[in-house]
Amino acid sequence: MCIGSPTRARNSAVKPLRVTLRSMNVSEAAASSNGFAIRAERVARHYRMGEALIRAVNEISLDVGSGEFLALLGASGSGKSTLLNLMAGLDRPSSGTILAMGRDLAAMSSEELAAHRNRTIGIVFQSFQLLPRMTLEENVELPLRLAEVPRVERPARVQEALERVGLAARTKHRPTELSGGEQQRAAIARALVNQPMILLADEPTGNLDTKTGEEIMSLIARIHWPPSGPGRTIVMVTHERALAERYADRIVTLSDGSISSEERLR
Amino acid sequence: MKLGDLAELAARNLREAVLRNSLTTLGISVGVASLVALLSLGVGLQQLVDRSVARAGLFDTISVRSRQSAPFGQPGGGRRNPRDAADLEPPRPLDDAARKEIAALPNVLEVNPEVRFTAEARREPVSELVMVSGMAESSQSSGMLDGLSGHFFSSPDAEEVIIQGDLAKRLVDLGQAPASLLGQEITLRFAQRQALPPPSEQASTDAPNQAVGPDEEAMGFSIVPSEKKFLVVGVTPTSDSGGGQVGLNNSGMYLPLAVAEKLQVVQQGDLREVSRSSGGEGTRYAALNIRASSPTAVAQIETRVTHMGFATFSLIDVTRNLRTFFAIFDMFLGIFGSLALAVASLGIINTLVMAILERRREIGVLKALGAADRDVRQLFFAEAGVMGLAGGLFGVLLGWVIGRAIQFATMIYLKRQGVNAPNIWSVPWWLVLGAIVFAVVVSLASGIYPASRAARLDPVEALRYE
Repeated sequence: MCIGSPTRARNSAVKPLRVTLRSMNVSEAAASSNGFAIRAERVARHYRMGEALIRAVNEISLDVGSGEFLALLGASGSGKSTLLNLMAGLDRPSSGTILAMGRDLAAMSSEELAAHRNRTIGIVFQSFQLLPRMTLEENVELPLRLAEVPRVERPARVQEALERVGLAARTKHRPTELSGGEQQRAAIARALVNQPMILLADEPTGNLDTKTGEEIMSLIARIHWPPSGPGRTIVMVTHERALAERYADRIVTLSDGSISSEERLR
Repeated sequence: MKLGDLAELAARNLREAVLRNSLTTLGISVGVASLVALLSLGVGLQQLVDRSVARAGLFDTISVRSRQSAPFGQPGGGRRNPRDAADLEPPRPLDDAARKEIAALPNVLEVNPEVRFTAEARREPVSELVMVSGMAESSQSSGMLDGLSGHFFSSPDAEEVIIQGDLAKRLVDLGQAPASLLGQEITLRFAQRQALPPPSEQASTDAPNQAVGPDEEAMGFSIVPSEKKFLVVGVTPTSDSGGGQVGLNNSGMYLPLAVAEKLQVVQQGDLREVSRSSGGEGTRYAALNIRASSPTAVAQIETRVTHMGFATFSLIDVTRNLRTFFAIFDMFLGIFGSLALAVASLGIINTLVMAILERRREIGVLKALGAADRDVRQLFFAEAGVMGLAGGLFGVLLGWVIGRAIQFATMIYLKRQGVNAPNIWSVPWWLVLGAIVFAVVVSLASGIYPASRAARLDPVEALRYE
């Protein structure tokens, strides 16, 4: 199991996240039975396009330890986003097994997968994917609505999540009124509002300039290992090796749907 | 997702495309309005007919005659099964014993003899040939005397008369109102029965003008002209407004039933009774009128009376056919009204399918955040339901306004034609509720396809959609 370095730069202004297994309805036994947050065993995802069979992910086996920050690198079309979607439960593997917090995603019903996406993981997209018709607080409240969190509890949790990403003053703004970096921070707040154990980020800095990208990575690093309490498992897809080397515990490089290399940094 | 959140998100989504959704909702409203307007017309017409018949007391009345008497327009009597064992027996006389037996039946409120005869009504210098009927005390509350000028008979044996408005018009002096007859006397000239004494006494009798009872008529009777004065206490509005019990229709004058009985007038069928050899106890009646406790009891009473050996007639059969007619009429009106709603439902499908295309990414995001297929389906259902509810509410209001306008225009037209304008428009609560529920159900049904399509969207594909 890889754990991020405690010496990494942290921002003391950011509130610690108090995530417990109980809060996520995950049994501690299941979560720690093998010490892995995610385990992929010979996972394949194939698409048929006409006569051709596209092997987007080709029998990959990969473990992501609890609290580990894993960076998935690779060229476009290498299969890294597809692998991330499989881990998120947005897609189902053609073969193989993916265990998340000890549970086999391939064996889950669509309802269970939805609950997995809502409570066990948080997803951050390259293009933010905030709903433009809603204000920031409404966007961040969405996962709470889906989780059927009582209405009275929501405002405090939304406010807390937005404060954590430094957007407490922008709750009534719509996404179009924010900069790219602010939108991505809002998306991170939305991903974290249900206090998931795993954060999946698909090129979170891909649409941002270098400086803003750095800010977002700092934020993700703080989420990965907060000043107090347990850290989160993070799997980040990126094509920026420099960022990956700076923040990730491990880098896995994909090529043509298979793992081509693996580097442990910390 | 909880219902409150679903409704909130649905309302928000509908507000975002306010013009398109408003037009779709307006389409539903027009459909509901046409449905409400047409069905209200059908219901109003049915109620108009029901009111007219019910006010005349026809629904709860059964006329009974002896099977030997003239049947109700068909050989063998009205409600009669030719294979009844009673057919093989001699006809039972409609006498006092039969009257008591009928009165003892369940749900029978009263049994009155039918007294109806032709007489000359005279008020110098005018005289008119009129049909006179005996009126039971219970007719006072039946509604047939609605609009009566004056009052009902002061007592069951008062020598008073109520006159139909048209007859009153002919009896009053030119230019005077029919109600001016109130408090005046009318002379009735009619044919009276007088009993023939036994042959031994026939020569010695010298009281030929004394009216006698039926027991004394065993030897037959003679017919003599007779006159009597009556005080006019009431004038009804028109003669065609309904006649009360069966047998009272189209009568020009009404006397208290007890008074009419005492007159010993010659009625239709009296000559047949003379030639008939059947016995019977006490008074024999040409016909009896039964008043049932409710229209629903009429059929059961008719069956019992038929089994007692009498012929019966009521308007239940007629009204049953009338109700069948109105049920079919309303059904057709409903179908025509629903056509507009069917077209509107296509609008809902179109709107929601467009919404799926526009909100493809949003659906992907919702799924990525943990929305199950069920949540997405319910969200689209909720949007369809909200449109249906809003359309239903507005449609009912619109239908009501249209109905009022039609009623208003009809009244103006009929008044110009010199006809009293009845209320042909009725929007009962069940129609309001039914129309709203129907609109919601149709909208939800229209939402099935778009909702299923949205729920089936692949989140990965949806998130890629630009």
